[in-house]
Amino acid sequence: MLIINCPYCGARPELEFAYGGQAHIDRPVQPADLNDEDWTGYLYLRENTKGIHAERWRHLHGCARFFNALRDTRTDHFLATYKVGEKAPEVTRP
Amino acid sequence: MSDLTLVSPAASHKEAGSAAVASPFTGHSKVIAPLGHFGRAVLRVSEDLIDAVSERLGVTLPREANRSATQDDLSALWLGPDEWLLISSEPHDSWAASLQQKLGDALVALVDVSHRQVALGLESPHVEDLLASGCALDLREAAFPVGACTRTMFDKAEVVLWRTGAHSFHIEVWRSFARYVEGLLRIAEEEG
Repeated sequence: MLIINCPYCGARPELEFAYGGQAHIDRPVQPADLNDEDWTGYLYLRENTKGIHAERWRHLHGCARFFNALRDTRTDHFLATYKVGEKAPEVTRP
Repeated sequence: MSDLTLVSPAASHKEAGSAAVASPFTGHSKVIAPLGHFGRAVLRVSEDLIDAVSERLGVTLPREANRSATQDDLSALWLGPDEWLLISSEPHDSWAASLQQKLGDALVALVDVSHRQVALGLESPHVEDLLASGCALDLREAAFPVGACTRTMFDKAEVVLWRTGAHSFHIEVWRSFARYVEGLLRIAEEEG
């Protein structure tokens, strides 16, 4: 089983976690000011990275907190996890 | 015609004060037993208020992950960085209201969940092996010492595990999953 490091609880089994989509997407402060194209981009358009991807995860059946993770989408290897609000750490591919 | 007998979940509460709590399973288990009635509340407190709230409650809310603290009959189990499960072993009818009174004007969220969950007690020298049948966590005493607690998954059910002794656990499980969890633990017990 995949072991994921929760920034609050430490190493925990994968089945306690839920995926939360791409990380570091800010909701526009004034959505009404956006044109349709930009709003569509915010709502629907996501990267389809082959390699290191920053994404949100939630330790749903543990501390229930959201956090961010850097995961290699080719190998499913978690390179780092960090709290919401923190910058993504520098990582090198293993 | 069906001869099903409907039993209210509240039925077990009526017996809680007296002796054993009703279990849907026949036959005696040496290690698993439903525990009596507890008072339960989920408390959410922001970082800057933890000390003040601890003082008002009379129990120190643990800041360290997955740790609990007990003072008299009130225990505080860390569930998340701003979330604790308060458990009282001697709840009276106005228990939640008395908590609310103690907290006063502190800006917190307090939800009475006394009847959402039931408690299963587990006591055996092989308690870690029994739990390992449905839980992927490392529950050896070195990693999960007495007093440690966590929300986790037991097979398909979300539970709160709380180690009350070297060989004993207190399991909090939502009442509709209690029969399922107890059944799985009984299978693990039978299969040794």
